Amino acid sequence: MELPTKKYPVTRADLVRYAGASGDFNPIHWNERFATKVGLPGVIAHGMLTMALVGRAVTEWAGAPDAVLDFSVRFSRPVPVPDDESGTEIEVSAQVKSTTDEGHTVLAITAVCGGEKVLSQARATVRTSRLGK
Amino acid sequence: MLPGLTARWQQIGNARLRHTGHTSLYARQMPLDPSFVGRSYPPTPAYLVGREKIREFAKAIGATDAAYHDPDAARALGYADVIAPPTFPTVVSFASNNAVVDDPDLAIDYSRVVHGDQRFQYTRPIVAGDELVGRQTIEEIISRGGHDFITTRTDITDSTGASVAIAWSKLVVRGEG
Repeated sequence: MELPTKKYPVTRADLVRYAGASGDFNPIHWNERFATKVGLPGVIAHGMLTMALVGRAVTEWAGAPDAVLDFSVRFSRPVPVPDDESGTEIEVSAQVKSTTDEGHTVLAITAVCGGEKVLSQARATVRTSRLGK
Repeated sequence: MLPGLTARWQQIGNARLRHTGHTSLYARQMPLDPSFVGRSYPPTPAYLVGREKIREFAKAIGATDAAYHDPDAARALGYADVIAPPTFPTVVSFASNNAVVDDPDLAIDYSRVVHGDQRFQYTRPIVAGDELVGRQTIEEIISRGGHDFITTRTDITDSTGASVAIAWSKLVVRGEG
């Protein structure tokens, strides 16, 4: 079963807000000068912000804020965020992969930015009484 | 090819390496010592989870579910106060992981570190009012293709000592060259 794709815009302002909320103040996520100096294309999103947005999609699909039992990702590619009003966009989709012995659902998740997969091996196990409804 | 890392990340790592050079006191030539597997660190000071901190985190990721914002909505689900979104444990595990990254015996050169993987396993959601402690353990060290892969585990417990969540972070420490 394919779950409905979700699109999340990410702007520089979102990165600043996430830095404060999470406590991750690494300057590659807010300082263009620093990011460029260390060889990045520019300021990039926190990997953990991408994971948080995927978590948001998963709880929305599951229909419950407390449905997630296990959640894992591999950060395969950075998410550059341009310094303009629209920033960038992360597109999250998932397929139901399997059901565990306990009756929980395992989702195989894809996160794409600018046509490239930014996560690999992203999985979530959720309690699924309301999945997709 | 470095597993799990694209060519783009490798370029970035190389550029970062050129920029930061050997500024670390602990720059090293040898791979990370696998005998550190199993090493654990003292618990972090208790982190008191505030209702406004959960709201701030939820707002920062655009999570609008009422249980993250409204104590009554969370109570209707059986929780004492607002609950946190799934990646909120990073607030505790990120700080807890510094014990490993800053361990002078292990001597990780942080200028070479890239976040590789992240996993959370939940016993229950984090609830405002929780006093959380993180205990850090090194679970795996692998050297492959000139790079080190170190997996740390953070056991997050509440004030009764009961497990709330476990977080695993795999850090990639890029080799020289």
